[in-house]
Amino acid sequence: MFSTVLPDVLIQGWALQLSPELASRAQFGWTISVHIIFASLSVGLAPFIVYFTWKDVRTDDERFTRLRSFWVKVFAAGFVMGTVTGIPMSFQFGTNFPQFAEVAGELIGGPLAFEAKMAFFLEAVFLGVLLFGQERVSDQTYILSSVLVGVGAWLSAFWILIVNAWMQTPQGFEMITRNGVEVAKLTDPLAAFFTPRMPWMYIHMVNASVISVALLVAGVSAYIVWKKRDAAAWNTALKLAVIILLVTAPLQAVHGDAYGRHVADTQPQKFAAMEAHYETGTADLHLLAFPKSIDAITDPKAENLFTVSLPGVGSFLATGGDFDAEVLGLNEYEENPPVAMVFWSFRFMVGLGFLFIGLALWGGYLIYNGRLSESNRFLKTMIAASPLGYAALLTGWYVTEIGRQPWVIQGELRTSEAVSSTLNGTEATLTLVGFVVIYIGLILVALHVLRWLVEDELRELGVKVPDDDRWYGPVPKVSDDD
Amino acid sequence: MMTELVLLVDAYLVDALPEIWFGAVMFSLAMYMILDGFDFGIGMLYATRDDDHEKKTFLTAFGPVWDANEVWVVAFGTMLLAAFPRVYSRVLADHYLLAIGFVLALLFRGLGPEMREQRDDERWKRYWDYSFVGGSFFAPLLFGTLAGRWIFDAPTLSMPALLTGVGLVAVSVATGAAFLAAKTRPRLASDLRMYGIIATLAYLIGAIALLTTVVVTDSGGTAEIVLSLPVGMIVVLSAVAGGGGSVLALRGKYRAWLVSALGLPALLSLLVALLLYPTIYPPTGLTVREAVVSPLALNLVTILGFPALLLVLWYFKFLYGVFSGPIEDEGYKN
Ligand code: HDD
Ligand code: HEM
Ligand code: HEM
Repeated sequence: MFSTVLPDVLIQGWALQLSPELASRAQFGWTISVHIIFASLSVGLAPFIVYFTWKDVRTDDERFTRLRSFWVKVFAAGFVMGTVTGIPMSFQFGTNFPQFAEVAGELIGGPLAFEAKMAFFLEAVFLGVLLFGQERVSDQTYILSSVLVGVGAWLSAFWILIVNAWMQTPQGFEMITRNGVEVAKLTDPLAAFFTPRMPWMYIHMVNASVISVALLVAGVSAYIVWKKRDAAAWNTALKLAVIILLVTAPLQAVHGDAYGRHVADTQPQKFAAMEAHYETGTADLHLLAFPKSIDAITDPKAENLFTVSLPGVGSFLATGGDFDAEVLGLNEYEENPPVAMVFWSFRFMVGLGFLFIGLALWGGYLIYNGRLSESNRFLKTMIAASPLGYAALLTGWYVTEIGRQPWVIQGELRTSEAVSSTLNGTEATLTLVGFVVIYIGLILVALHVLRWLVEDELRELGVKVPDDDRWYGPVPKVSDDD
Repeated sequence: MMTELVLLVDAYLVDALPEIWFGAVMFSLAMYMILDGFDFGIGMLYATRDDDHEKKTFLTAFGPVWDANEVWVVAFGTMLLAAFPRVYSRVLADHYLLAIGFVLALLFRGLGPEMREQRDDERWKRYWDYSFVGGSFFAPLLFGTLAGRWIFDAPTLSMPALLTGVGLVAVSVATGAAFLAAKTRPRLASDLRMYGIIATLAYLIGAIALLTTVVVTDSGGTAEIVLSLPVGMIVVLSAVAGGGGSVLALRGKYRAWLVSALGLPALLSLLVALLLYPTIYPPTGLTVREAVVSPLALNLVTILGFPALLLVLWYFKFLYGVFSGPIEDEGYKN
């Protein structure tokens, strides 16, 4: 083992050393949080790229040449980040959660292998053509390449979500003993692939990706339009993004509402955590909740929150119609997920979801009046809102994943049992620190690259951009021109 | 009809399916070592270039194909998981730091060229060059060391593990040089062939040293296999491919050199397969038959996965077809 190579002194003397379990969980949660940002960027941006490429090749309209060339650059940079953060993901099932990989191998191995063979290869090969091959292939093949890159991204979400959905609502298997370990044996592939959770998750996730990218496109466009009102391409992009938001944002809320009911049916404990519902009985729905004290942040219970609640609506939601229905409370369970994380994450996501609907309606109203590019307040709001889609997407995932704890496979395998038994705290802490440092660097680089791309675009549009090297954060520094 | 369905559940499609899957997993390992191997070689040879124009040529050769090449390691890992979950788990968990080090090396290797192009700033470019070169060196070194530990059941700091790592580095440089020579103009190519020939010799010597060590120490109980006829043939064929390739390189026949150079990692993968069969995880003595998943699961990944694999091979033919031929001065135009 490697621990023999690392001096024992280090192992004992390291005050900050975490347990292998804690470090592995933090590492997995952190690395997937970073990966998912870039992965969903690909999923959400793909339809935009296809549209811009198609328009560009077919109409020779200069606006689409600009938009295609800009967003393909963003896509390419994001794709590399997605790739380099994706490979650590597929290894961590083995390095940190080998018991999980062994127990679930028959169920998750297939989908993960199909993801590589049907999605990643497709995406990687045709991105090569999209980035470097315009002069070497016909127009048709070129457009087709952009479509296939998109299909690859959507397929990879499909296969990976089959895995995750199975972890939430596992079925299609039986437990057997192999080589002295209790493992899941596949008995019904259709049931195992198309679990009850799968369609919910896929629609919600893909739509979330499109929303997040629409907000990003809107924010970048708003910034450029704000700097240069008559930038035709960017007026088009802004309008397009608002229209897409008008469709997708309400859809997400409607879908999310029904999704919540499905979660109540299939994972009652998680639903109770989402609503901080402790005592079995009628559940209220806390529309808005404010903490009364620090306690309420770390331990949300109805009595230490100011809430705006609809009495009985929790029950109504959970059952789809019955206000008095009994909803299982957290007190029924021996071990619960960290309720606060789940409760507040859920509120954060839903709150943002409604904010996005509001932004979309505002933008729609401005389009209707023909004043979309004139309202400075709208432009500035959209600039500020550009990273919020990702905030909602991440917190949504925290609800899903943290809400499932203590299970890694709901009802079958605990996360604590899935952690590697040969891993020691030193190694785990070391790599955790490494991933944190490196990925923070990665995110900073990504933000810089985005800023430079925007600045280059502004320069091409004839706007003077100071050539300094400082980074002011995602919201650009405002000069007094409004 | 019914009986056939039942067969799908209760028995492997063909009796040898577990062995076929062992072969398929080893095939993706081979594809990875061959294809990403020359990418690593490009990355290491990149360190020998000062001229920005030549650097650009290297990056152009690397640009459209590296990501597709890299996916083979994901295919290898996930196919191993799908067919032999226990082996996937143990190999990664038991070599924790090597595995994480390897993926981080891949991270730096992948980011380097892409990020370098984002800004025209000397310092920025220089750092990403380090990232590219460093990642391209450490990735094969750590991957090879991990493989050596796995195959020979040897500690990290031991001859079998380290020699496997160094061997993979050398063979990557050899194939990288051949690939570049075939893709670039004569002057650059003749400059690169010396590196290629030295790396080839280093690889052959390293391989002999490794096999000798293994026979002497009987690491992981492999001495007997190493002394068998098939392994002997692999050694001879490697010497022929390496020596013949070097001669072709000296004569300026770069495409032919490339073909024989690619034979080296292919033969190396074959060697790995021979060493791992049937004991696929030597530390626990686990065999292919013991580690394999149940018939239904394996039949399923066969029926869905093999056509997909063929399709992937077709994509590769397409990709390398689009980007065939030498790189012009302007690169592949964007
Ligand atoms: C832009 C992102 C975004 C937005 C605006 C919303 N969601 Fe969401 N939500 C996600 C992004 C997301 C997600 C990150 O994509 C999740 C995690 C897993 C999944 O399938 O989607 C998710 C999960 C998720 C779950 C399931 C949790 C689980 O699986 O345990 C529910 C019940 C909701 N959402 C409900 C809503 C509601 C009622 C919304 C009202 C506006 C809403 N979401 C907006
Ligand atoms: C993409 C968005 C995702 C996010 C943001 C996310 C986030 C997280 C977080 C924060 C945890 C830690 C929970 C805790 O320890 O309390 C976790 C656990 C886990 N997730 Fe996810 N996850 C995502 C998707 C997935 C997918 C697609 C899979 C599988 C294919 C997966 C597999 C796991 C596993 C195995 C664990 C258990 C290990 C652990 O507790 O850290 N996750 N996830
Ligand atoms: C909901 C969760 C996830 C989604 C939607 C997703 C989607 C994607 C997408 C679209 C890509 C292509 C790269 C890009 O375009 O950015 C990608 C890359 C990758 N993902 Fe994920 N992913 C998720 C979670 C995971 C998890 C849990 C794993 C680990 C098993 C994983 C493994 C990988 C790998 C290995 C790559 C690199 C493929 C390459 O080299 O091209 N992903 N992912």
